[in-house]
Amino acid sequence: MTLSAFLFQALNGLSAASGLFFIAVGLSLIFGVTRIVNIAHGSLYMLGTYIAYSFATKIGGAIGFWGGIVATAILVGVFGALIEIVLLRRIYRSPELFQLLATFALVLVINDATLWIWGSEDLLGPRAPGLRDAVEVLDRRLPTYDLFLIVIGPAVLLVLHLGLARTRFGRLVRAATQDREMVGALGVNQAMLFTAVFALGSALAGLGGALQVAREPANLATDLVAIGDAFVVVVVGGMGSITGAYLAAVIIAEVKAICIAVGVVDFGYFTVNFSKLTLVAEFLVMAVVLIARPYGLLGRAQGQVRSIAEPEDPIRPATPALKMLAAVAFALLLGLPLLAQSSPYMLILGIDVLIAVLFATSLHFIMGPGGMHSFGHAAYFGLGAYGAALLVKWLAAPMGLALAAAPLVALAGALLFGWFAVRLSGVYLAMLTLAFAQIVWAAVFQWEYLTGGSNGVVGVWPTAPFDTRVSYYLLTLTLAAIGVLMLRRFLFAPFGYAMRAGRDSALRAEAIGIDVKRVHWLGFAIAGGVCGVAGGLFAFAKGSISPETIGVGRSIDGLVMVLLGGIQTLTGPIVGASVFATLQDTVMRQTEYWRALLGGIILLLVLAFPGGIVGALEKFFSRWKTAS
Amino acid sequence: MSDLSIRALSKAFGGVRAVNEVSFEVKRGEFLAMIGPNGAGKSTCFNMINGQLAPDSGSIWFEQKNLTGLAPREIWRLGVGRTFQVASTFGSMTVGENVQMALLSHANEIYRYWRPAAAMHRERALALLDQVGMREAADRPSRELAYGDVKRVELAIALANDPRLLLMDEPTAGMAPRERNDLIALVKRLVVEQGISVLFTEHSMDVVFAFADRIIVLARGRLIADGNAAEIRDHPQVREVYFGTGKTFARAAGAAS
Repeated sequence: MTLSAFLFQALNGLSAASGLFFIAVGLSLIFGVTRIVNIAHGSLYMLGTYIAYSFATKIGGAIGFWGGIVATAILVGVFGALIEIVLLRRIYRSPELFQLLATFALVLVINDATLWIWGSEDLLGPRAPGLRDAVEVLDRRLPTYDLFLIVIGPAVLLVLHLGLARTRFGRLVRAATQDREMVGALGVNQAMLFTAVFALGSALAGLGGALQVAREPANLATDLVAIGDAFVVVVVGGMGSITGAYLAAVIIAEVKAICIAVGVVDFGYFTVNFSKLTLVAEFLVMAVVLIARPYGLLGRAQGQVRSIAEPEDPIRPATPALKMLAAVAFALLLGLPLLAQSSPYMLILGIDVLIAVLFATSLHFIMGPGGMHSFGHAAYFGLGAYGAALLVKWLAAPMGLALAAAPLVALAGALLFGWFAVRLSGVYLAMLTLAFAQIVWAAVFQWEYLTGGSNGVVGVWPTAPFDTRVSYYLLTLTLAAIGVLMLRRFLFAPFGYAMRAGRDSALRAEAIGIDVKRVHWLGFAIAGGVCGVAGGLFAFAKGSISPETIGVGRSIDGLVMVLLGGIQTLTGPIVGASVFATLQDTVMRQTEYWRALLGGIILLLVLAFPGGIVGALEKFFSRWKTAS
Repeated sequence: MSDLSIRALSKAFGGVRAVNEVSFEVKRGEFLAMIGPNGAGKSTCFNMINGQLAPDSGSIWFEQKNLTGLAPREIWRLGVGRTFQVASTFGSMTVGENVQMALLSHANEIYRYWRPAAAMHRERALALLDQVGMREAADRPSRELAYGDVKRVELAIALANDPRLLLMDEPTAGMAPRERNDLIALVKRLVVEQGISVLFTEHSMDVVFAFADRIIVLARGRLIADGNAAEIRDHPQVREVYFGTGKTFARAAGAAS
């Protein structure tokens, strides 16, 4: 590779950096002031592209294109303000986890609204009027629009920087970023400030999306891709730092560009195609930065935001009534094959529900008692599933061996990732776990030779005696019951108490000799291992495994299951997973707009039932008891 | 012989020398109070001794072992108990379980996965709670307790590892006067019975002068006095840092007369 080719890629990287900067800067600004990680930020970006497309094609010409871009930014800004006023104002004081979920619900709703308005086809906008040509740079042709992007990123950075440094609004934003309670105490109208910042951040996302209209087609998958990129940039740059966002955008874009420029390298015994490492690369950068500087390159430690979640009750061993209920439920599940003779679908649903229960219970183990809100639990599901499937595919391993290997592979992954994750907390832990899950996903997706890439691994069928649906169902039931009971036992043992002690007060736990990080690390690993069993069972139940089944969607499903059942109860995840998996297999299959439906469920949960199903039932019964 | 020995301990935050070459000793069985006006460096000094802050220079010795640079949990394992300025317990556990947690840790049983914890060390936990008068509350969620009771539970937790030295950072902060005296009297009785040395900071002079065997005084990061209650009361420098020299108002008073 020549030097000029290398430099040309670096130049390309700069134009990509501007794009990343636009996605991330609004998110960072909003987080700095409101302390809300707005997952729907990527959706606003996506909306920007769609709206700008409509302007550019319906009105047309230079006015339709350039005027449309400006109009789009304003429209998305207004839309963002509406979101803030209608939804977010209600949840500023909720626990972080609920805020993340509420904005994720918006992602689902906006995605389906976009599908409804613009349809499912990709929409490619016109080329930019006035910037259609290309210029010679380093003997290569660089589109003038890319040059424009290279300039516009730093230009907007400069404008924002001056605005924050010189104007009254900017001073308020900076003050609120440092200490929003103090700003409130000084008589500043916080509601107005938050709405304004949200509108500004949204407008920047809309602008970023609109600017892409001449380069890439509007696409319904953009929202999650964009938010993934934005997270990485913001976390690397430091939450709330605008200059950090640009710096991080440049670093990440350049690392990717260099990966592409390097291409295939022969290391003698093996060859590495670096251009296929782009997806992994950005998350690797993030992991490295978070480990070296936990608050990002230019970020500062955030003051603890007080959450007013109701404190948890002490855990009690199962009452006779609960034990009876569990025994009856288990007996009914054992008898399901008899019922299923008339409708064989019942068993498929049963297997799905049991796998979901195991998945959710293992997530709850670290989320509830451990207080570690993992946004990447799908990683261990995927490691288990792929671990088992690849053993079958490459070594023709028998099913028993493959199923036994699933938790071990997941455990190894959880030990590795967990070691880093427990060093962080709150939003940063959530982001890092998400990043690790993306690394697993990207590795599976891009390592085609080993994993079959996007096609996945097929032909992973159970062998005798579990090759009938009934026997496989019974195997799943047995393993799920063992897994759930084992985790429950751990929670009542000293280890589970130590995990809760570390969550309740890390300082006090350390002061009585508990190594909190180590306890949480082991808890993380145990949860990962059990989750791996769920993954292995899943692979054999479906006969195949593909990247899309281990993506970010599954991690979020897990969070919803735990919250739906109630995070503060031990039976919550079981109930939540059962209800959720049943809904997913029945109602959501019936409608094209299942995302909006799921989003609606999540919003209802966050706004009306923060204690989940079991929490609400417990409240109801305790009230009923005191009343009688 | 001395139990705890602080040698030339220093810590600066930016340009502020919060603790400046402070040296003192706590003898076995001694009830030593550290006092000083706000910003004197008491809490900084404390946090270095209990391992939360690393000193810039100087060293901390406990029973011929160097504590400097050890983590809080390692210091605890050597037999040093502590209570916090703002008391907190494990809110999701009962009062009894809070004490059991410390006993489990003391017995190195944290990494046990099978036996239910609720039944382990239960008797000993109840005995410890009995000592502080909280046995009745053993099965209540600890987050429901009144603040004064939380302080008592904290004391029971601090005694769980049979400490030979107890560090108490403002043990009576936020308590009513009656409660204060009761708590300190309780601490004093327990430590005398069990031969524990205590280092504590305190704002209430009543408590300090009534109970402390010896008093050391910090001001602006330096140790300015060391002695018994009578000596400290009459120490000119101590009077100066607490009451001022009166010079600020001297001219105003002269002008008025």
